[in-house]
Amino acid sequence: MLIEYTFSPRGDETVTTGSRRITFFSTCIVDQLYPTVGMAAACLLEQQGVNVDVPDDLLCCGQMAFNAGFRDDAYIIAGRTLEVLRGKGDVVLPSGSCAAMIRHLYHELFAHTPFAAAAEELAHRTYEWSEYLVDILGVTDVGARFSGRITYHDACHGLRFLGLGKQARTLLHHVAGAEVVPLPGCDQCCGFGGLFAIKQASISTAMLERKLEAIESTKVDLLVTGDVSCMTQIAGGLSRRQSAIRARHLAEVLANMVDAR
Amino acid sequence: MREKPVGDRPTIPFPLPCLEEIRPMTQTIAFYDRVDQALHDTSLQTALNRATTRFIGNRASAIGALCEADRLRDQARAIRAYALAHLDELLPQLAANVEARGGHVCWASDGEEARRYIIELARARGVRSIVKSKSMASEEIHLNEALEHAGFEVVETDLGEYIIQLAGETPSHIIAPAIHKTREQVSALFEQHLGMPPTTEVPPMIRTARRALRQRFLRADMGISGVNFGVADSGAIVIVENEGNARLSTTVPRIHVAIMGIERIVARLADLGVMLQVLARSATGQKMSVYTSLICGPARPGEEDGPEEFHLVLLDNGRSRILGSQYAESLLCIRCGACLNACPVYQAIGGHAYGGVYSGPIGAILTPLLQPDLPDAYLLPQASSLCGACQEVCPVRIAIPDMLLRHRADAVRAGKAHPLEKAAIRGYTLTMTHPAIYRASGKAARLFSRILARKGRFRRLPPPLHLWTKQRDFPAPPPKTFRELWAEHQKRRHQNEV
Repeated sequence: MLIEYTFSPRGDETVTTGSRRITFFSTCIVDQLYPTVGMAAACLLEQQGVNVDVPDDLLCCGQMAFNAGFRDDAYIIAGRTLEVLRGKGDVVLPSGSCAAMIRHLYHELFAHTPFAAAAEELAHRTYEWSEYLVDILGVTDVGARFSGRITYHDACHGLRFLGLGKQARTLLHHVAGAEVVPLPGCDQCCGFGGLFAIKQASISTAMLERKLEAIESTKVDLLVTGDVSCMTQIAGGLSRRQSAIRARHLAEVLANMVDAR
Repeated sequence: MREKPVGDRPTIPFPLPCLEEIRPMTQTIAFYDRVDQALHDTSLQTALNRATTRFIGNRASAIGALCEADRLRDQARAIRAYALAHLDELLPQLAANVEARGGHVCWASDGEEARRYIIELARARGVRSIVKSKSMASEEIHLNEALEHAGFEVVETDLGEYIIQLAGETPSHIIAPAIHKTREQVSALFEQHLGMPPTTEVPPMIRTARRALRQRFLRADMGISGVNFGVADSGAIVIVENEGNARLSTTVPRIHVAIMGIERIVARLADLGVMLQVLARSATGQKMSVYTSLICGPARPGEEDGPEEFHLVLLDNGRSRILGSQYAESLLCIRCGACLNACPVYQAIGGHAYGGVYSGPIGAILTPLLQPDLPDAYLLPQASSLCGACQEVCPVRIAIPDMLLRHRADAVRAGKAHPLEKAAIRGYTLTMTHPAIYRASGKAARLFSRILARKGRFRRLPPPLHLWTKQRDFPAPPPKTFRELWAEHQKRRHQNEV
């Protein structure tokens, strides 16, 4: 009757070398709103000798419908995605949230359905981007430079459902010229939460205010995070405050797409 | 909706607020209004900020001090899971052992039965004055109001509970019921009700409360307590506390009534070694609570301390229904309150905004189950960013975000989704399952943004997206999608290779 505890990060992957082929799942938000994040992430993988495949009909993980409670809709979207990703090897996403949807929540969505086994199989070959780079490829230095102060915000789903955090910090640590300073309350939610940001806008923005104050207290040039959803929320708040601090995705920083100002 | 009070109107006037004054606090104001009220209440914000920060820090250092905290939590979960899986054996065992030690057991299937048992008992024994130590189960069945309406004098003796009783409010936190009050507000309250000279110092306030409460303890005929754990193999109930009021409430009056949710059981006395550690560390950040009482029935012949009678009320009130549902895991809860402190939503709006007896993440799961008549209970699981901070601190590792998501699915199935949201999701599903529609709507969005966006940002969007842009900018879609950029990149690379 009781659901077994499944909230533990995976740590059993072994690093192997040789030519690799991955499927890059850009996610719908990156595709439409942050194409440079997708380019940065995919090109950095290519630079590491990985063959990157971007299926044309791979659209969305279905998280928005699932989180809103529309499981039938989520089932249709995710079921289609499952089909598209069938037999496509390792899947890498530049988003901890969407990766957590596939690894953690597909299990519940497809339980007792014909997709259950396929969902389980997919979960085992799905990786968040920084996780793939550091834990699987064993890369910690991509030769990036940035002159300025950087702080890092842990996106909740990556942090708590995939156990991420140290990968991004390791990568940032090797950015030449960057001074990485700790963010107070770096594991506190920024208040995005998908439709929550609109349906519960007042709570969402109250949470954002706290996050922005913490960010501004660090006097950094750049706030880096691993999820474009948090980035949308935080950058939206910073921009409305007319703050000098910018919010960028980890991949953009590592691909030298962010200029020092 | 609270049920009708039991019994007659009081015959003696008491200086305590009556039911009518308590009700509007949580019942008549809609959820979104309660949230806005909370967000604009500066005293509440100050109080919440002070208290949750302290709680989080204390918990982190107390759990961090354990060398095997994770294993201890796994054990705690296993102990609780075992108990829930064997409730059918353990509850009769507990009841039999309580009775063997001279206690009485009431099996209450709902709040009405529990209230009736306690009121009839009090009447039969000629009780006039009752002291209570903290009990969320008694809050759940609105026992105080029922007792007052039946003519009994009821005084809460936990300092926090006493404060909110004087204020005519309900608890806003599982273990710190008056967490929403600043010390300045408490001082004003004590000045008004107890004649205390105004002060900002805590010790004089505690002295004042202690003086007032001590008389009540000595006068009381009945003490009512909650139960942290019922121990099946020994018929003991365990109560943990820091003020000594529970020990007084359960030993000074001649009758002790303990109310226990049927899920709050452990199989063996030895289980307490784990449970008490994780409870105290998760709740207050203490290694152990100041007082841990194991109570086995009434005073035996020849014993000078203890009540003449001991009654254990085993309260179901919807729990067996939860046990058989997809929310069974929520019954693992040991009511430590750690998820409330860790929750950024709770930190922002406090406990009263939730409107149910239990607040915070666990309240958002329990309230729709235990109080399904509350009109906006189904909204509580929506009030979460699903950040998972609750699950991270839960001593028994309840998958709280998963439960919240199931509630959301149930609400949609029950047709409670907003029509606009329903339409939006339908459109989203259509888009995300048809690449042609996906590309076309992306193009439309970029066209739209060329008209409305300034410097790559939307500062204003039409409803309902204005809820986003009220306090945040939104990025305009750039001219090309990732897919388009990637196709160009591939082409360039191909040309270079050729």
